[in-house]
Amino acid sequence: MSTEFEAQGMAPGAHVQTHGTRLSYLIGLGYAVVLTLASFWASSTDLVYPPGVPILLGVLAIAQMGIHLVFFLHISSAPDQANNILALAFGTFVVGLLVFGSMIIMAHLNHNMMPMDRLIQMQR
Amino acid sequence: MSAAEQALESGDAVPLSLRGPAPTRVVAGYGFWLFLLSDIIIFAAFFAAYAVLSGETAGGPTAADLFDKRHVLIETACLLASSVTCGFGSLAVQSGDRNSTYFWMAITFILGVTFLSLEVSEFSHMLELGAGPSRSAFLSAFFTLVGTHGLHVTMGLCWLIVMLLQAATLGFQPMVSRRFFCFGLFWHALDIVWIGVFTIVYLGAHL
Repeated sequence: MSTEFEAQGMAPGAHVQTHGTRLSYLIGLGYAVVLTLASFWASSTDLVYPPGVPILLGVLAIAQMGIHLVFFLHISSAPDQANNILALAFGTFVVGLLVFGSMIIMAHLNHNMMPMDRLIQMQR
Repeated sequence: MSAAEQALESGDAVPLSLRGPAPTRVVAGYGFWLFLLSDIIIFAAFFAAYAVLSGETAGGPTAADLFDKRHVLIETACLLASSVTCGFGSLAVQSGDRNSTYFWMAITFILGVTFLSLEVSEFSHMLELGAGPSRSAFLSAFFTLVGTHGLHVTMGLCWLIVMLLQAATLGFQPMVSRRFFCFGLFWHALDIVWIGVFTIVYLGAHL
């Protein structure tokens, strides 16, 4: 009886622990510390081919964001999280559009801009 | 295990459409998650501005001249540690443990204040050097991006004080624990934004 009441009165999956345990926070902390130190190391090392360093930093940052999402914000593939995941996907899409779109457009404009000295000459 | 529990465990017996309205906790969490994502989009706009303008120093100091990696590592450590203590605090709220809630949330608060004071000292040092937000487009973009993050941390600290007062006066009602839950989401999201800040602004400066 009581379980039936619970099954209707609570969220689907609400009795499943969604907020982690101390251990899961500590595991997340461990990953985050390793990734943070790795990106600080990567930014000043000679061991990595220099033009590859920005890509390495990007990968480390995205990995750490994933770690934070999973271990601290508890985003998961649980059924009651479907809406959260969809919203996250859309948010990521908009962020990507904004950042990369702006960078591409501005680089393109910059490329097509008349050099400053000639611009000043024309204004005389 | 009863049939109803088994059905929930297996997840296929009761279709989503027949399960009725989600509880307030799930709905409130979803709404707050939408707010956080829109907040992150604001930061994305500032990141885009910084990425475009970071080279436009107008003859002033460049990013490599100004930023100290050691300082940033300490700031990052503060924020990361406060994220974990905030998580421990949320666990304490869930189990209704008053003393350990106060303990972990107080540590979270102290780490947040440490982070802010480090940031303020960095800003004031830059202002002394004449590298204020009006010096160049690069510095305008820098102060907007990092300053907005700092402002969010400040708001979070105010919110944390309010939450501790509510816990003291109202106790751990469902309403209060929901608000603690949202505070936790906010605090962890700020940490995610900080990952972008230290990677792009501070580590990107020395490439």
